Amino acid sequence: MKPISKPKKPGRREFLRNTALAGGGLILGCYWDSAALAATAVVDAPAGPGATAFEPNAFIRISPEGVVTLVSKQPEIGQGIKTSLPMVIAEQLEVDWRDVVIVQGDLHTRYGSQSAGGSRSTPTNYEPFHLLGATARTMLVAAAAKVWGVPVGQCYAAHSAVHHRESKRTLGYGQLAGEAAAVLVPAAATVVLKDPKDYKLLGKRIGGVDNAAVVSGKPLFGIDVRLPGMLYATYEKCPVFGGKVVTANLEAVKALPGVRDVLVIEGTANLNGLMPGVAIVADSTWAAMSARRQLRVDWDEGRAASHSWDGFVAQASALRGKPGTSVLRNDGDVDAAMSAAAQRIEAFYQYPFISHASFEPQNCTAWFKEGVMELWAPTQNPAYGQHLVAATLGLAQDKIIVHILRSGGGFGRRLSADYMVEAAAIARRVAAPVKLTWSREDDLRHDHYRAGGFHHLRGGLDAGGRLVAWHNHFVSFGNRVVRDGASELQLGPGAALNGDEFPGRWIKNCRLEQTPLECGIPMGPWRAPGSNVYAWVFQSFIDELAAAARRDQLQFRLELLGDREIMPGTGERGISFDVGRMRRVLAEVAQRAGWGKKVFAKGRGMGIAFQFSHRGYVAQVAEVSVSKDGKLTVDRVVVVADVGSQIVNLSGAENQVQGSVIDALGTLMFQELDIVKGRIVQSNFHDYPMIGMADIPKKIDIHFLQTNYPVTGLGEPAFPPLAPAVCNAIYAAIGKRVRQLPLARTDLRWA
Amino acid sequence: MTKYTLDINGASRTVDVAPDTPLLWVLRDTLDLVGTKFACGVGQCGSCTVHLDGVPARSCTTPVSTVGRKRVTTIEGLDAKTSHPLQQAWQELDVPQCGYCQSGQIMTAAALLKENPNPSDEEIEAAMAGNLCRCGTYTRIKAGIHHAVALATPAKGRK
Ligand code: FES
Ligand code: FES
Repeated sequence: MKPISKPKKPGRREFLRNTALAGGGLILGCYWDSAALAATAVVDAPAGPGATAFEPNAFIRISPEGVVTLVSKQPEIGQGIKTSLPMVIAEQLEVDWRDVVIVQGDLHTRYGSQSAGGSRSTPTNYEPFHLLGATARTMLVAAAAKVWGVPVGQCYAAHSAVHHRESKRTLGYGQLAGEAAAVLVPAAATVVLKDPKDYKLLGKRIGGVDNAAVVSGKPLFGIDVRLPGMLYATYEKCPVFGGKVVTANLEAVKALPGVRDVLVIEGTANLNGLMPGVAIVADSTWAAMSARRQLRVDWDEGRAASHSWDGFVAQASALRGKPGTSVLRNDGDVDAAMSAAAQRIEAFYQYPFISHASFEPQNCTAWFKEGVMELWAPTQNPAYGQHLVAATLGLAQDKIIVHILRSGGGFGRRLSADYMVEAAAIARRVAAPVKLTWSREDDLRHDHYRAGGFHHLRGGLDAGGRLVAWHNHFVSFGNRVVRDGASELQLGPGAALNGDEFPGRWIKNCRLEQTPLECGIPMGPWRAPGSNVYAWVFQSFIDELAAAARRDQLQFRLELLGDREIMPGTGERGISFDVGRMRRVLAEVAQRAGWGKKVFAKGRGMGIAFQFSHRGYVAQVAEVSVSKDGKLTVDRVVVVADVGSQIVNLSGAENQVQGSVIDALGTLMFQELDIVKGRIVQSNFHDYPMIGMADIPKKIDIHFLQTNYPVTGLGEPAFPPLAPAVCNAIYAAIGKRVRQLPLARTDLRWA
Repeated sequence: MTKYTLDINGASRTVDVAPDTPLLWVLRDTLDLVGTKFACGVGQCGSCTVHLDGVPARSCTTPVSTVGRKRVTTIEGLDAKTSHPLQQAWQELDVPQCGYCQSGQIMTAAALLKENPNPSDEEIEAAMAGNLCRCGTYTRIKAGIHHAVALATPAKGRK
């Protein structure tokens, strides 16, 4: 296979036609003649436009031969967006899916936002993409009508062609390309969208567009990039985050076989940016990795070297009964309600730091030439990468080109761009393209972690078994940062509790407090940030309260949610919660799981949980068996989700839910990082185990409620309810409450 | 550096690399066969699985100096037309999410099916235990193996 394929150079013709479609953040636009197009075989660059190609916008190109090329602008990280969003265009455009070619767009302003995080790719692009496809179809129909000299109303589009009803004439889209290119782009308001009942593609099971490449081992991922004369780099950072290089045996390492250069990189104080370290640049990945074993660095470890997980646990435990440093919510009179309560329950929940461990280790290829930094990165957040490189290296933003490569997993890790700025910093000092590849050890020990946390919870029940008081002191984590000259503790992503988080707002007497512990550990968003732990803590504690009240778990939750349809958000940053949607999701999951209808012997049980996360309403019921020697089997998980009026790609949607359930179960069962002397102890999958095939649920039943709400994303919302559903089922089975993650820390044996 | 002549996907390839270079990096960096993936480097995940004389092996912990005359099969050489029943089944059932682990999954599964053309769930679990998937596609991997069995069995494969 040729390592390099140079795509045809696009002409310099500008395609700025009309900005009528710019609504929804999509920018139409100009073709971009980039120095960057010395692309590798793994980079899909849109083919250059021929003279009579039809390109109504930056996302659609129809060649005179009838090839329909759609650009996928969002990064593909395994969430299936490279398949699902183009499906939306294809649906409206009336092209047959098998005729469509999908290419990955590079970072460019003409595409609007290209960040794939927060399950936002679908909700922010879904409607604009309908319009893109429908507009192009409208123009093709107009072109055909003009060719035939008939009214537009007599023509319709189907199967990549326009048909004239009366005369039964047909013109293929390719034949119409030249004519359509001359049609003025219609105003958005005049474009007619298809009736959802006529959808041929949306809602069907469509395989991922890169599946053929995946199963045949074609170059596809960031780590597969290869450029002419490319060198290979590794980067050693201080095991204590932010530690600086004092000295290193640079000359000795430089003399090792295959080593081209050894560079000290000074780095910055930004824990999520360019960390100080030593780069080894070599002729091959292995030469760089081998040389690294001989590298000796003296580090100035800095303040974080005193931090340990045990120390954090001790600090958090000592805060029991103490006030938090901030109060997030204070409704009613918690103290009075607690004293008046018929029953008071108290519990302490804790969970550790965990890593994203996306399977493709972080990597990035960078090439600095003639003042331009060109990057090939598996990234969820290319614009941020461009910004970070510009800010850190003092380059102009427009001198940084970012090619978006498929990511071998994201889970939020590749919203960060530390690996991109590292590659760029190295490449700046090397006269060749350089591919930086992290080892798994680098990946686990230099992640931007999901923060650990602790919750001191108290709940009060009245004589009727109703929840009347709730108090939580959440002990969280923050990094010390200097902002506008002042030092402050900045809470990690997903480590700040919103006062509106359920059951805040629902309980008359409710106090939520928060205290961040200062740590030097970089933190970052991890699949369903916040929700991925809050659902476990709060849905578990609610379970404790319902059990203490001897109430049915479902009824207790429904009573808590109450009768109202909408719970408005509090203040400007509050989040409105559609209670009706959640009730219906709960009712459906209960019905499908046979809630309350099954009788279990000891050792088997059912648990329920729900979470509103990333615009999605999801409830789950888990059915588990716990053997006497403490082995857990998840026999069945029933998932009901309401993510709006239309599932885009049913196969992709189910894949996300299955994956979320399995990921959440693995996280619940195994994952934890220990911190000693400011270092992450775990180093690879032997001490940071992943769930394997034998431990997955025996059955996962998935049902999507079709509702009238906007279409929203599925990369995250199905994750959070799993852990509490399973833990609540364990309690139902054997009467043991899991208050610490991972599950491996709780002895599940029973007699 | 030492010269080695390797049998890769039926072709003889000569490489000049350090003797301790893992086969993984010879494939990826020297031979530009990047379908074999690096994820842990220590034999813990199965992403780098290839066949040595038909037996699944972790290429990340196989120094090139130990390969000798063994036939090396990578995902690129599993089937000349990319139509191994597993490759078909994977596409028909849309198994991949990110896809990064999948060449290793398929290589391990291919070796299993050669030994055991109709494995039970338990046999699949046992054979696939060393292949991790961060995205959690196990449900479909298992279904994909069963589907490949059906595709490979003329009577069952007919729709
Ligand atoms: S990369 Fe070889 S087993 Fe993980
Ligand atoms: S599909 Fe992503 S690691 Fe398996």
